[in-house]
Amino acid sequence: MTDPTSSVSHLDLEESKHTFLDANELVINMGPQHPATHGVLRVILRLDGEKVMGLECVIGYLHRGVEKIAEHRTYTMFNPYVDRMDYVAAVSNGLGYCEAVERLLNIEAPPRANYIRVILTELNRLASHQLWLGTHALDIGAMTPLFYTFRDREEILKIFEKYCGARLTTHAFRISGCQYETYEGFEKDVKKFLTFVAPKIDEYEELLTTNRIWVERTKNVGTISAKDCIALGVTGPVLRASGVKWDLRKAQPYANYKQFDFDIPTGQKGDTYDRYLVRMAEMRQSLRIIQQAVDGIPEGPIMAKVSKVIKPPVGEIYHSIEAPKGELGYYIVSDGSTQPYRIRVRPPSFVNLQALDLMCRGQLVADVIAVIGTLDIVLGEVDR
Amino acid sequence: MAEDPKSPQPPDKEELAKAANPAGSGTPDPSTTATPKPATPSAEKPATPSAEKPPVAAAPAKPAAPAKPAGPVPQPWDSPLVDKLKRQYGTGLESWTYLNQNYLQVDRSLIPTVLQVLRDEEQFDYCVDVTAVHYPKRERQFDIVWILYSFPRNERLRVRTQIADGEHIPTASSLWPTANWLEREAFDMFGIQFDGHPDLKRILLPDGWKGHPLRKDYGIIQQDQEWVQINLGIDSGQ
Repeated sequence: MTDPTSSVSHLDLEESKHTFLDANELVINMGPQHPATHGVLRVILRLDGEKVMGLECVIGYLHRGVEKIAEHRTYTMFNPYVDRMDYVAAVSNGLGYCEAVERLLNIEAPPRANYIRVILTELNRLASHQLWLGTHALDIGAMTPLFYTFRDREEILKIFEKYCGARLTTHAFRISGCQYETYEGFEKDVKKFLTFVAPKIDEYEELLTTNRIWVERTKNVGTISAKDCIALGVTGPVLRASGVKWDLRKAQPYANYKQFDFDIPTGQKGDTYDRYLVRMAEMRQSLRIIQQAVDGIPEGPIMAKVSKVIKPPVGEIYHSIEAPKGELGYYIVSDGSTQPYRIRVRPPSFVNLQALDLMCRGQLVADVIAVIGTLDIVLGEVDR
Repeated sequence: MAEDPKSPQPPDKEELAKAANPAGSGTPDPSTTATPKPATPSAEKPATPSAEKPPVAAAPAKPAAPAKPAGPVPQPWDSPLVDKLKRQYGTGLESWTYLNQNYLQVDRSLIPTVLQVLRDEEQFDYCVDVTAVHYPKRERQFDIVWILYSFPRNERLRVRTQIADGEHIPTASSLWPTANWLEREAFDMFGIQFDGHPDLKRILLPDGWKGHPLRKDYGIIQQDQEWVQINLGIDSGQ
């Protein structure tokens, strides 16, 4: 194994001269087996006492070569693999992939399929944010929200399970539509869930929003400006919390998001507290979208006409969606055969994680935990 | 420089005519179909000022109308942005649009200037992705692709160039810091060298690993046996 200290080389070494009491700076290894890294993330911290001078992420522990696998599978066969990248938002991954291939085939999913897709994707966004909230709060020391969010997330997973048989890696969609018609009582279940969960989100907020410990631990922690976000390619709630009103569902609408009325919540400062508020507001917006979708769900086919063997013409496409973590893109190159010539996944977690160094500089070690939590990374997607 | 991008094109065009038809009628052949993509067929007479070559080369391919069964084909793309770039850089640059997505095919030598201009003057302030595609049968084996987005214009643009195996390409991380990790990944997976990168090393695979897995000649179950044996203490990861 290489010496962990050797890989800190790219950091600005000028800073290290001004350490506290002129002591040598301390290089500390955190992870990959660490409960607060949300998986197998290894962070090499350069510390001056408690203060973080810089850090480097070491990733790849969960690398499965998804992009390589894609080149050896047909378009249909690769579909379930995308669920295993961001496994807490498998439905979003599937939506992005299916839509990318559909665009490459130049077809569109029928309206009813789009409604089902939006309902499930937004439910998944909610589930993803709930999981984020629970674990993020747990990292910072608030244990209760975890039980609340997991209790309520369970209801979403039950709907998924009834719809497609799986709770986590759902493989809910197919290229050209949805494989399954909604089950008997699907709409009733979703509506029941909406009335059930709306007060629960208030409940989470009651626990945290004005909680003094929570505020102290999150305000002015991990602040990142809009300019830095854009330069570092950071997207999703992190970008919005820095004040950029940009959401792909509005900026470049996909599926049938054009038909729904919802707002893009933004923050001002771009600190951990703002990102918390933005995600909380996003949960409520998701509920609004689901409500509209479930009220307006039309009758009709759920699959567009497409040949059994999917063989897109020679060409390439980049399609991206607003996943719970940010911009999830698929760049697909087709050589006209049944297997993709190349699939590149533009993972939001991977790109967002790059900002960790900047966000943690000058902060305390304990804040690193808060910032990792607030970035909402999933290592399955970072490493692919 | 002006001759460079053209010389590999004629064979490409011919292959395209051959390859585009089977693509529609059903014979997959990655080796031939892989090649034509960069030199996209110009089905319409392009109104592009400097590109005299494409219409000539595409002329025999056009009556065959390979596009009919296969759906849309890339069309020449015109816009003030393209006009401006073409006026400045002429033949080293082609612009296409396919399925409502615009991309530029840029000569390798123009890459630093074009990227710089796109960011500074055309407001492409967000680099979405930097990646590569490997075409082992081609003389210039790699396509490097920059996917750009402009917040002010709400517009996407892909910039693509071809480089040979072992050829270096300047880093974009000085323009968009986000390219840092993205280029590291391209290096890790394809072995592409980005000049001027602050810390070009592997990112997903371990430092000592041999080989670049997303190259087409790297088998799907291939691995660095030696590394696995030394570091994991097992015979094989399979």
